[in-house]
Amino acid sequence: MNQELITEVNQYLTFKLGEEVFALDIRKVREVLEYTTITKVPQTPAFMRGVINLRGGVVPVVDMRLKIGMKKTESTVNTCIIISEITIDDESTIVGALADSVQEVIELEPAQIEPAPRMGTRLKTEFIKGMGKRDGEFIIILDIDRVFSFEEIHSLHGESQHMAPEKEFYSEHIAV
Amino acid sequence: MEPEEIYVEEARELLAELETVFLELEKNPNDRELIARAFRALHTIKGSGAMFGFDDIAAFTHEMETVYDLVRNKKITITDKLISLSLMSLDIIRQLLEGEKAKENKTADHDTVLSEFRNIAAGKPMEQRKSTEKESALDPSSEHMVTYRIHFRPNRKLFTTGANPVLLLNELRSLGICTIVANTRLIPMLNDLGPELCYIYWDIILTTKAGYNAIRDVFIFVEDSSEINIEVIDEEGRFIDETGYKKIGEILIARGDISREALEKVLSSQKRIGEMLIDAGMLQPESLQSALLEQEHIRQVMEKRQKTETVSSIRVASGKLDLLVNLVGELVTVQARLSQTASSLNHSGLILISEEVERLTNELRDNAMGIRMIPIGSSFSQFQRLVRDLARDQKKEIIMTTEGEETELDKTVIERLHDPLVHIIRNSIDHGIEPPEIRKAAGKPVQGKIHLSALHSGASVLISIKDDGKGLDPEVIRAKAVEKEIIQPDAKLSEKDIYSLIFTPGFSTAETVTSISGRGVGMDVVKRTIDSLRGSIETESQKGMGTTVTLKLPLTLAIIDGLLVKMAGDFFVMPLSAVEECVELTKEDTAKAHGRHIANVRGEIIPYLRLREQFLIQSDRPEIEQIVITGVNGHRVGIVVDQVVGEHQTVIKSLGRYYKDVELVSGATILGDGTLALILDLAKLTEKVEREEQEAA
Repeated sequence: MNQELITEVNQYLTFKLGEEVFALDIRKVREVLEYTTITKVPQTPAFMRGVINLRGGVVPVVDMRLKIGMKKTESTVNTCIIISEITIDDESTIVGALADSVQEVIELEPAQIEPAPRMGTRLKTEFIKGMGKRDGEFIIILDIDRVFSFEEIHSLHGESQHMAPEKEFYSEHIAV
Repeated sequence: MEPEEIYVEEARELLAELETVFLELEKNPNDRELIARAFRALHTIKGSGAMFGFDDIAAFTHEMETVYDLVRNKKITITDKLISLSLMSLDIIRQLLEGEKAKENKTADHDTVLSEFRNIAAGKPMEQRKSTEKESALDPSSEHMVTYRIHFRPNRKLFTTGANPVLLLNELRSLGICTIVANTRLIPMLNDLGPELCYIYWDIILTTKAGYNAIRDVFIFVEDSSEINIEVIDEEGRFIDETGYKKIGEILIARGDISREALEKVLSSQKRIGEMLIDAGMLQPESLQSALLEQEHIRQVMEKRQKTETVSSIRVASGKLDLLVNLVGELVTVQARLSQTASSLNHSGLILISEEVERLTNELRDNAMGIRMIPIGSSFSQFQRLVRDLARDQKKEIIMTTEGEETELDKTVIERLHDPLVHIIRNSIDHGIEPPEIRKAAGKPVQGKIHLSALHSGASVLISIKDDGKGLDPEVIRAKAVEKEIIQPDAKLSEKDIYSLIFTPGFSTAETVTSISGRGVGMDVVKRTIDSLRGSIETESQKGMGTTVTLKLPLTLAIIDGLLVKMAGDFFVMPLSAVEECVELTKEDTAKAHGRHIANVRGEIIPYLRLREQFLIQSDRPEIEQIVITGVNGHRVGIVVDQVVGEHQTVIKSLGRYYKDVELVSGATILGDGTLALILDLAKLTEKVEREEQEAA
């Protein structure tokens, strides 16, 4: 897809989902919160974990693990919510991303970043901004605007209504 | 705000006023007051337009002003054509206000209208136009309120000339605020009294806009034989302020020459000046009385003037108001936390403070909300124009009446309400009200009526649009809905349900499509907008008699009173305005109902739905559940929850764009402990369950 080449030295926030390390452009990150109570909104896909109160504002939280096809995030002491400011249709919106743990802020030079491979990442290519190399490890740099794009969230909205409900939401209530 | 922005804003308001005035003038072409208002508004638009660099507006308005100046001076009369022209030019000025864009493709109308105005103005010889300008400069009836002291001592033989002083005084009273003192000092003892003579004289204090000559005219028949003095004692706009400089005693105190106690001591021993003069025999008590009344009169006039000056308004950018409302919203949340903490600590001092804070917060909230409230009248007057233009287009005769213009609503609600109202009114004109011939044949008055009214009802405002047209035909609507596959042919619908079909997308019963309605878009826009404002629509109709569409809207969008309920650890809020009562539901009750979701509340059968089932909440139901009975769209429906917590000041927060498709929840609110509770959309919830049960059945 139309990937802009990364040409300048940038700082990235790295975080873990399972054993894999991902990174976000630091300029997109507003703050990192500890895990807090998330209020589930009924009739929404499972990866939309719900909403939290961020100093008087309502912020939606997305389970990153579910979003990229892993199992649901279980809350531990390391679980955190990365509050990012993303741009959809020229409007900026605040979204929280649930991650297993936040690692560190790193600097990557353009030379350390390669374009995303067309396959093999188990991720939609358009989600990936590039692959960073560091200490022989690959770091997947996410294009957060695309991951949270409106169509992306909404296409899944539609699907989930036809899909069988998630097991955990599937109650065995029988008409009494 | 930039001065230009202020001008644009102000000009828009003036244009709206002009529109109202022109429409009124059409009905009463000779109303001097209206003509003066039109002229003043035009003059302001022109004057400030030139000042802020809107030269094209100034130039254009100048031509209109010239014509209305002639009208004002009775040189020309108002005709239908002039009104139409004037209304057209308002649109042109509006376009000019839009700025650069309009300049480029200046409409052809612009020049035509302008030359029309010039023709009207030129219809009068030039000299006369000049003289009118002079006249207006010397116009004795000034815009200012002037206070006169009038001394009227009629000739003793006044009665023999047939004049009646009471009538004269009444005439004076009609001119303005008037205080009259009758001096009876000269009435002699009974022995000497000539019964046909007038001994009384009068001192009159009059505050009026009418000029000196108008007062003089009152006395025109008695002028020669009586003593009449008219003096100006106070004038608005002139700097007269008795308290402008300190009294001598105060100056002395300020300079440290005497102490306040010393002054007061001296003053208390001193008599009032009037009393001293009377004591000295230099003054008659009546004269004192008259002078005191004069003082009182002036004081009242000045007070009143001051009041009207201070009750003026200020313009605030709406962004600032939004911020204020947001802050108050947060304050309400914090206050709820404070109350909760205070009561859990059971500290009496803290509870006292938190109660005080609660009271203040509530007051602050009401006030902050009040600032955003504006009367709906300005919105109503825009529709006068719409009705007039549409009626003319379609050769129908329609008058629109309004009621409850003073009803206040949140500014945002009023703005968003504009389009739905336009659609409903257009619909009434297009499909409701019949052409004159048909009305006549049906024995109805030729002139159709549309009545627009607004009134408060609890926490809602009811806006109804009523016409006396042909009404809705349930059979036709039903047939159409079946044809368009909106409903099943065998669907069982009440009359109300059938009427509400006209608000479904893609529905239109008009055989002919006019430029504005009949395309099937429109009425569904109405429904969507009203839904998004958390309002509801109700339609009543009687065939041949007319249709009434009633919109029920919440007073404000930001804060509501809610009922907090709990379910398996999750909190939800229902709008308290929809809640009627809460009753218990035991497992026994459920067993007795044989699986039907029906409760028997004091003999009334009430269907209910379980929130747990709707939201797929697992975990066991408690032994005793609560049914919250709500009134939604005129039906009573129970909603079963685990526990009713209580009332909650609900500051409504939007869930944001990601959740905009979520149906059953209209927003979220922050609870005392900082977590979120979802606000239920009861109407949607009931609709969904109804739909699902229909499908299952």
